[in-house]
Amino acid sequence: MIVWFSYVQIAVALVAGVFCLVSGFAGRKPNDFSLGATALVEVLLVAQLIVAIVSPAAGNPPQGDVLTFWVYMVSALLLPVAAVFWALIDRSKWSTVVLGVACLAIAVMVFRMNEIWLVQNV
Amino acid sequence: MPSTNDTPATVPAAVGTTLKRPRVAGIGRVLVVVYAILALGAFGRSLVQITEQFADAPVAYTLSAVSAAVYIVATIALVARGAVWYRIAWITISFEMLGVLVVGTLSIVAPELFAHASVWSFYGIGYGFVPLVLPVLGMIWLSKNRPVRSAELPAEPAATGGPSATTGSSATGGPSATPGPSATAGPGRS
Repeated sequence: MIVWFSYVQIAVALVAGVFCLVSGFAGRKPNDFSLGATALVEVLLVAQLIVAIVSPAAGNPPQGDVLTFWVYMVSALLLPVAAVFWALIDRSKWSTVVLGVACLAIAVMVFRMNEIWLVQNV
Repeated sequence: MPSTNDTPATVPAAVGTTLKRPRVAGIGRVLVVVYAILALGAFGRSLVQITEQFADAPVAYTLSAVSAAVYIVATIALVARGAVWYRIAWITISFEMLGVLVVGTLSIVAPELFAHASVWSFYGIGYGFVPLVLPVLGMIWLSKNRPVRSAELPAEPAATGGPSATTGSSATGGPSATPGPSATAGPGRS
């Protein structure tokens, strides 16, 4: 993983998460902005996936546990997709809150993935 | 006229006395999602722990797997309809509450037993104390959303709000459609 890219991703996921939570509690149904923000988080995760595949070959192997990292990676990839799917079926303001919860969970997961990659035995 | 409308309404409702749960709605859906994320996290962690280092701490890792299974069942029980699932939801959520309190206390009192992280170690500190807060929220939500006897559905519109009001009006709408559209439109729209 690339440290600065991870931090950018965490920042984007945090902003997207807070935005969706505020938007949801303000009574907005899932719209292009909240769905788009979650989609952006997912796109960055796919980029992160590519980085994680390529990095070891480029002399940047994970320091921590590889299996733990990949369990996080796969879970993280599934989460925004599930949340967006949910939001498309259930058009209520709570779906926007769900999008926000998913984005914040991604921020935490990327932080943990970063730790696992950089530090041994966290 | 309103009194004659009430009598056919209670008759078909009294026939079906099975317990019904209203569909998960509102903030309950967010609760379900948080449960699902925690279930995913607990499952992933226990999967890694058991495949890689089970011999290191069999007690903690077995507990990890059990807690993951309970979170998955609790997530399903919150969504699934019917009185049986409602009871399962109470059992699993109570188990989680007990688990986080007992294991949380043990991890402080006897750290050698739970030196290896589990979802419940130190009251779920590794998960932002979500495992400690979630069962409480789950219990509040469950106690506010009891399964109701379908006979009681029209009787207590204030307790269940929207869903019961629609079922009540649909029950009256069927048989009382013939007397006049003006009589049914009144309670239906309000």
